[in-house]
Amino acid sequence: MTALADRPAPATPPTPPAAASSRRAPLRASTILQYVIVLAVIAVTIVPVLYVITSGFRTNGQIASAPTALPDPWVLSNYGRVLSSGDFWQQVLNSTLIAVGTTAGVIITGTMAAYPLARYRFRGREALYLVFVLGLLFPIGVAILPLYLQLRDLHLLGTHWGVIIPQVAFALPITVIILRPFLKAIPRELEEAAFVDGTTRVGFFFRILLPLAVPAMVTVGVLQFVASWNAYLMPLLVLTSPDSYTLPLGVARFSSQYSSDTAAILAFTSVAMLPALAFFTLMEKRIVGGLSGAVKG
Amino acid sequence: MTMTETPGRAAAFVDGSHEPSTKAAPARRAQTARKWLEIGVFVAPALLLFIIFVLVPVARAGYYSLYNWNGIEELTKFIGLDNYTRALTDDDFLRALRNNLFFVVGSIAVQLPIALGVALLMNRRMRGRGAFRLLIFVPYVLSEVIAGVMFTLMLQPHGLVDWALSPVYGLLQTLGVDSPRPLWLADTDVVLWTLLLVISWKYIGFAIILFLAGLQGINPELEEAAAIDGASWWQIQRRITIPLLGPTIRIWAFVSVIGSLQLFDMVKVMTNGGPAGSSHTMATYMIQQGFERSQFGYGSAVAVILFAISFVAALVYIRFVLRSDNTSSDDREA
Repeated sequence: MTALADRPAPATPPTPPAAASSRRAPLRASTILQYVIVLAVIAVTIVPVLYVITSGFRTNGQIASAPTALPDPWVLSNYGRVLSSGDFWQQVLNSTLIAVGTTAGVIITGTMAAYPLARYRFRGREALYLVFVLGLLFPIGVAILPLYLQLRDLHLLGTHWGVIIPQVAFALPITVIILRPFLKAIPRELEEAAFVDGTTRVGFFFRILLPLAVPAMVTVGVLQFVASWNAYLMPLLVLTSPDSYTLPLGVARFSSQYSSDTAAILAFTSVAMLPALAFFTLMEKRIVGGLSGAVKG
Repeated sequence: MTMTETPGRAAAFVDGSHEPSTKAAPARRAQTARKWLEIGVFVAPALLLFIIFVLVPVARAGYYSLYNWNGIEELTKFIGLDNYTRALTDDDFLRALRNNLFFVVGSIAVQLPIALGVALLMNRRMRGRGAFRLLIFVPYVLSEVIAGVMFTLMLQPHGLVDWALSPVYGLLQTLGVDSPRPLWLADTDVVLWTLLLVISWKYIGFAIILFLAGLQGINPELEEAAAIDGASWWQIQRRITIPLLGPTIRIWAFVSVIGSLQLFDMVKVMTNGGPAGSSHTMATYMIQQGFERSQFGYGSAVAVILFAISFVAALVYIRFVLRSDNTSSDDREA
């Protein structure tokens, strides 16, 4: 508001009515410019993705002779090979199992931990919360060497659990941080009414709080699902045999193994990004809302 | 943990504040004991996981960093801070550190102006905004590995990128530049810029979406009032909207800085630190030293340095930014 007061007087006298009406009917030139700039940025973001998908329908010969042309003729064999390969489906399954395991683990343990932190009064509550918050400062990379040794000692190397458990642990800080204010915001009257009716605090958690917290849990879950689906470092170190590979590992391996078969890599890459794209389209609101909430929280 | 293990002692301090009435003492004690039990049961799984798989490994990294150790033999060769002095005088590590700082500064310099501009434009009345928002966010959802593989292919000589830039190359050639076509990933002078652009491609959607969400939280009446007073669209953005978006921009910048410091996946996939080690980041360097060369002690020291730098960034953020942005937030103080 003060910025307004400091503002120099409008340079052109007739602006006020023009500006007011321009909100109803925007100036053509500026609107066109607006669309041009936004569409140009969208083109830059989306053209590489479209290029990879369409080029998967070409042969290596076509790609070599004209790197950017449309497929002519459209070849289905690259995609056919990927979709009929056991490796690919095994990797989809592995990625799914790990992502589902991580998501479930984070939601269950995170919600449980957030409940007392949000709604009990006890000595040391803020200190305990702070411990979780500090965890935000430790990305998985900082601890990866000892974590690797620890997983080795626990015989978890090479197993899906070896990826799931650390991912859950490292996702707890952000989960607790998102869930606690949400659980806190549930009105106290609800809790008091439940206690008057003879419900215990545990009963309140299961019967009233959990159903109300579903939106926040979905947000947290979607974020962790995507993070797990895309993770590379942990799976790279933990999963040693190709049978247990996740999709990112599979894509990286495929692209170095068949580095001369560009068309096949393109097809493999496209198919590998479809699950994430489909999931994102379905869950767009949750992901976007969760990210902006997480960042603001 | 210690709290849950000593319910009796801790309970003495607890409920007095909000239950001043003097009930029968044993009943109250049973009640508080039960409360502590509940707290313990609810918190224990998360806290145990967190301690065993986050705090202990981080502490162990600090411990190992004081040893010369290959990860297998007994921990006997205590060498004090030698690993740290080695890292801080090692040209390869210092280059990795400089590369990280390049990504820190470069990501903000490239993404902030574009993302802010696009977000401001998309915040105006616009047909198809929902669809645009969806499309612009697509790269963020892809994994860094997939983005890396995609761009490795497109950046091959005579690939999509070279094709798209061929008019520029032609122009440069007529201006007398000898071989204007850069080797995007094989030239030590170019590779960092290439990586920076791919990273920006992948993450700019995140900035735009975040800024759009922040813009939606700004009271439109402020802008309307300014418009009635005769302010132009650009004046409104510069004097009202962008300053009000400040907290969102600052938190995005913080997230971006931390991400740039931790950068691993994309570099690993696209260059694996090459050519000639010129594109290593601290994280790829750490993994290389730790796993490929079995220098767990030295690798741990690098991890600790990486953590220390991130920690300083976080402290700076909390000290200078968060305090002024969040004076009214009660979540933090409760």
